[in-house]
Amino acid sequence: MRKVSRLSRFNIASLALGLAFLYLPILILVIYSFNASRLVTVWGGWSLRWYHEFFGDRAMIEASWMSLRVAVASATIATLIGTLAAVALARGERFRGRTLFSGMLYAPLVMPEVITGLSLLLLFVALNAERGFWTVTIAHTTLTMCFVAVVVQSRLGSLDRSLEEAAMDLGCAPVRAFLSVTLPLIAPAIVAGWMLAFTLSLDDLVIASFTTGPGSATLPIRIYSEVRLGVKPEINAICTLVIALIAVVIVIASLASKLSSSQGESAAPL
Amino acid sequence: MTDELPRTDAAADAAGDARPAAGEPLLRIEGVAKTFGTFRAVDGVSLDIKAGEFFALLGPSGCGKTTLLRMLAGFEAPDEGRILLGGKDIAQALPHKRPINMMFQNYALFPHLTVRDNVAFGLRRAGMARADIATRVAEMVALVKLDGLEKRKPDQLSGGQRQRVALARALARRPQLLLLDEPLAALDKKLRENTQGELMELQRRLGMTFIIVTHDQEEAMTMASRIGVMNAGRLAQVAGPRELYEAPRSRWIAEFVGDINLFDAESKLRDGHRLVIGTRDAGTLVVAEPRQPVGESRFSVAIRPEKIKLSRRGPVREAGHETAINRLDGVIADICYLGGTTTYKVKLDTGGMVQASVANSARLDVDAYSLNQQIVAWFTPDDCVVLPS
Repeated sequence: MRKVSRLSRFNIASLALGLAFLYLPILILVIYSFNASRLVTVWGGWSLRWYHEFFGDRAMIEASWMSLRVAVASATIATLIGTLAAVALARGERFRGRTLFSGMLYAPLVMPEVITGLSLLLLFVALNAERGFWTVTIAHTTLTMCFVAVVVQSRLGSLDRSLEEAAMDLGCAPVRAFLSVTLPLIAPAIVAGWMLAFTLSLDDLVIASFTTGPGSATLPIRIYSEVRLGVKPEINAICTLVIALIAVVIVIASLASKLSSSQGESAAPL
Repeated sequence: MTDELPRTDAAADAAGDARPAAGEPLLRIEGVAKTFGTFRAVDGVSLDIKAGEFFALLGPSGCGKTTLLRMLAGFEAPDEGRILLGGKDIAQALPHKRPINMMFQNYALFPHLTVRDNVAFGLRRAGMARADIATRVAEMVALVKLDGLEKRKPDQLSGGQRQRVALARALARRPQLLLLDEPLAALDKKLRENTQGELMELQRRLGMTFIIVTHDQEEAMTMASRIGVMNAGRLAQVAGPRELYEAPRSRWIAEFVGDINLFDAESKLRDGHRLVIGTRDAGTLVVAEPRQPVGESRFSVAIRPEKIKLSRRGPVREAGHETAINRLDGVIADICYLGGTTTYKVKLDTGGMVQASVANSARLDVDAYSLNQQIVAWFTPDDCVVLPS
């Protein structure tokens, strides 16, 4: 064990370099969000001025509110549909077209976002749907549902089928057996799936910009259009808040999945 | 759903309608068959189980014994045939509608529930009163000697303790029939032997009907009062342990249950109530007339290794036996010391090979045989069984 934990100078250097490349820009962004200066690249001392500015910026606040609503709504719908799809794939009998179904379910994982966004835009135009909150929510649901299905299905796959049988043997009707035994055991995976869907929706720019309408820009769209006119320090403040929110969500999601896998060990056959 | 268990309970107390009359079988399986795709897993099995029996379904893996058990529990529906419990056909009933409980091979304990909640699970579903549940759980926990562990989760228990929780959970609803799917397969040898004894004790004390599925013939012989041997989806023989071992009905059963020497017969002659049979590998053998007469079909002579005696000079003469003792000459070809017994392989002068098992009744055995030693193997006609090939 000692040998493994000892790192050579080369290892330490490459690790530091790699981490710096990944996280230094973010760290600088966070630090500069507390910059008192109006110029983005010049340090003018510590200040919360830009946070204050952000909370006074109606358009930004509205875009943030829109993004949060879309993320919560689409993550919830995606979790519901994704979980049901995962149950159908993991538990259902081998129904006709099962392979096609799972292929279609997972297609959005590898589909370029531009294509997903464009095709949905064409659909909404064809249906003459008014683009706004609901069109973005539907678009994000199609994007994130497959991620939920992947997470939940892998958990269901590791779960012993005889647990549900034992519940039925002890007097549960099939649906009741699922609710009282399977659901508590896959709950952490469902929570993790929801968190994943939430963060994916929150930071999506491409699909949202295809499917949204006038007056209902999401936060990434808003930030992107602001930056095109020049970076204001206020953007740094917003980004720092988004990073904080996503960090919290990711930590909760990974805790949930850790809990899920530690229960999985005890569920495994001897 | 709530009316299911009380009926079972009441039946136990007041000999209700679900209990069969004396002499009637508790469970009757009639021509049950199950096909998966093109594979016929269970192929026309008929069987009666009496109340209070400890019955074992024995067979190699893939013989259909587990599928049959799963049909009794309700996890598979038979394609053909009926399953009558106390006279009522339950073949198509869902698992939760049957007064039958099962102990799973991997125990299938609910990992998110404590020992107490695992045991209480079935009682809660049955709508039992809170106080009654507490009493019953305490009773069950004491029954399987798990006192003090009620608040543990399954992953905080040893393999043997988990097995006990699974047993307590399956017994808690007081089923008319308890199914046990390889209940001891996951335990080590010593623990398995102890648990066998405890299971038998428990079954006798509760007077419950147990059906156990196992691939371990020793386990089946130790615990069960009757054994059904399954092969390729069919019941090959249903008999008590002794009959199964001493009077197997076919060559396949004889080879599956214990070790056996088999000699293919080439000719036969009747001599009073004995048969004189010519074999290629062991010369001429005299055997007792079989209960079922052997027709013109091919058959073989079978003899268990422990029935064969070895000596240096010849058969030890016993009164009444000397006229019809089978004597085979050969040399010791292999010695396998097993502690309690030693198995000798004897290469016969006639070409065949015979296995003899000798009890090591003395610690210092000066008479032990050595490799390549000239030896006489002998046995009486009554020790032989004639089996159709």
